[in-house]
Amino acid sequence: MENSRQKLGQLVLFLLLLIGGLTMLLPFVWAVATSFKHPQWMTSHPTDLLPRDAEGHLSLYWRNHVAVWERTPMAQHYIVSLTVAIAVTAGRILTSALAAYAFARLKFRGRDALFLLYLATLMIPGEVTMIPNFILMSKFGWMNSYAALILPGIFTAFGTFMLRQFFLTIPADLEEAAMIDGCSRLGILLRVIMPLSAPALATLGFLSFIGSWNDFLWPLIVTNTKDMFTLPVGLAQLQGDYARETTLTMAGAVQVLVPVFILFVIGQKRIVEGIATTGMGGT
Amino acid sequence: MPRRNALKEWSAAAPFLAPNFLGFLLFTLMPVGVSMVLSFYQYDNITPAKFVGTANYHRLIVDPKFWASLANTLIMMLGLPLTMFGALLLALALNSKVYGRIALRTIYYLPSISPLIAVAVVWMWIYNADQGIFNSALARIGIRGPNWLGDISWAKPAFIFMGIWSGIGGFTMLLYLAALQDIPRSYYEAAHLDGAGAWQRFWYITWPLLGPVNFFIIVMGIIGGFQAFDWQYVMTGGGPAGSTTTIGLYIYNNAFSYSKMGYASAVAWVLFIIIFALTLLQWRMRQRFGGAAQYE
Repeated sequence: MENSRQKLGQLVLFLLLLIGGLTMLLPFVWAVATSFKHPQWMTSHPTDLLPRDAEGHLSLYWRNHVAVWERTPMAQHYIVSLTVAIAVTAGRILTSALAAYAFARLKFRGRDALFLLYLATLMIPGEVTMIPNFILMSKFGWMNSYAALILPGIFTAFGTFMLRQFFLTIPADLEEAAMIDGCSRLGILLRVIMPLSAPALATLGFLSFIGSWNDFLWPLIVTNTKDMFTLPVGLAQLQGDYARETTLTMAGAVQVLVPVFILFVIGQKRIVEGIATTGMGGT
Repeated sequence: MPRRNALKEWSAAAPFLAPNFLGFLLFTLMPVGVSMVLSFYQYDNITPAKFVGTANYHRLIVDPKFWASLANTLIMMLGLPLTMFGALLLALALNSKVYGRIALRTIYYLPSISPLIAVAVVWMWIYNADQGIFNSALARIGIRGPNWLGDISWAKPAFIFMGIWSGIGGFTMLLYLAALQDIPRSYYEAAHLDGAGAWQRFWYITWPLLGPVNFFIIVMGIIGGFQAFDWQYVMTGGGPAGSTTTIGLYIYNNAFSYSKMGYASAVAWVLFIIIFALTLLQWRMRQRFGGAAQYE
C-alpha cells in the first residue's frame, strides 16, 4: 500500500517535471518549427507551432536552412568558429596540464604565491582586460585574424586551477614507480597523469569548446569583416540584416544552437560533474 | 633553502610553467595593469595617450549615464531570488528518486548552456510586438500586449524574465543539487524517527545546511549580473532611451563606439572594485560558515 502510493507520487512528480521541462524548451521547439515553415505561411500564421508549406499542409520546408547558407556567409562563420573552438580547446588543455602539473607535483620557491595569483585573476571581469587586449591586438597587427580570436583565449587560470585540483587526487606512488623505471617528468605527465585524468580533461575540453563557441564580446571586438566573424557575431549580423525574415533568422539561430545541444547531450555527465565539483561555470 | 637548490627546482619547473605563464602574463596580468594606468589617461588608440590624473574618475561621479547604467544593471538582477527559488525546487525534485532524472536535468540545463546570441534571436521573435508568442496569446484573451523590448517600462522586465528562464535549471540548480547530495542521510533518518514531517525536515535540516551555497549563489549571481552584455547588445542596443544599457554595454560603447578608452577603463575599474569587494565578502563568509571548501 505504502509502496504503491510512493510510486504514484513519483509518477506525478515526474509528469510535473516533464511538463515544466517541455515548457522550458518551448522557445527552442518554436524556433525549430519556424525554421522549417514556408515564409508565406509564417506571414499569415506566425504563431502556428507546426511547420507547414505555403498552402498549410504539414511539411518540412528546408529551403530556409539552405537560404541561410546561400544568402549569408554562414559556412564561413562555421569554419571560423570550429577552427577557433578546436584551437582554443587544444591549447588550453595542453598549457593548463603542463602548468597544473608544476603546481600539483613540483616544489619550487614561490609556488603557492604564484598559484594564489592565478586564483585571484579568476574574478577579474572581462571588461577590465578587453580594452588593453584590444590595444595589444592592434599594436601587434593581429586585428581581424585567427591569432586574435585564438591566442588570448588559451591561457586561462580556470583550466590550470581545475586540472591542478584533479592531479592532486592522483596517488603519487604511481609516479614514483615510473620514475624508478627512468621515466622523465614530462613522460610521467604524458603517460601516467594524463591518461588517469581523462575525465577531468574531457570536462575541461567540453567547457572550453562550448565557452569558445558561445563567446560573443571578444570576437565582436577583434573582427571587422564578415569572413572573420564567428557564428555568434555572424548571427547577430544576420539578425540585423534580415530582421523581417523570421524564418531565416530562426534557421540561423537553430544552426548555431544544434551543435551545442549535441555536444551537451554527449558530454553532459562530465560537464555537470565538472561544474558541480569546481563550483565554477568554466571559461 | 640553499640557493643552488632553489635554482635547480626552478629550472625543473620552468618548462612546465612557461607556456601557460607567458600567455597568462601577456593576456591577463599585463592588461590588468595597463587598464589601471589607462584609467588615468585620455586615449583613443590613434593619437598619443594624454595623462589626465583622476579626471576620468571625477567625470564618472557626475556622469548620469554611468549611474543610470549601474542602476539598470542592478534592476535587471532582481530576478535572482526567483531564479534561486525555482532552482531549489527543481533540485529538491531531481534529488528524489524520480524517474528519468538525468534526462530531465539535461532538458532543464539546455537554456543555460545555449549560445546567448542564438537565445537572443529566438526571444526577440517571442517578444515581437505584432506577431510574437506573448502578444498573440494575449490577443486571444482580448489584451493588446505592449511592444516588450521597445517599451521603457517593459524592456527591463523582459530581460529579467529571460534571465529566470535561462538560469533556473543551470549552474544554480547544479550547485543546489550538489549541496543536497552532501547532506548525510542519517540526519533525515534521525529526524524521521523523531516524528518530523517533510516540511520540518526541510526547514530544520536542509535549509540551514544550504546557508553557504545560498550565499555563494547570491554572490556569483551578482557578479554574473554585473557582466550582462550580449542580450542587451543584440536585442535592444541598450534602449529604449538607454533603459537597458548595462554597465558592460556602457563600457563597450565608450571604448569602441566613442573611442574613450581611458574613461571606459575607469568605469571598468569601478566594476572590478565592486566585484572584488563581493568576492572578499564571499571569502569572509565562507570562513565564518567553515567547511564547504568547494565553494572557493
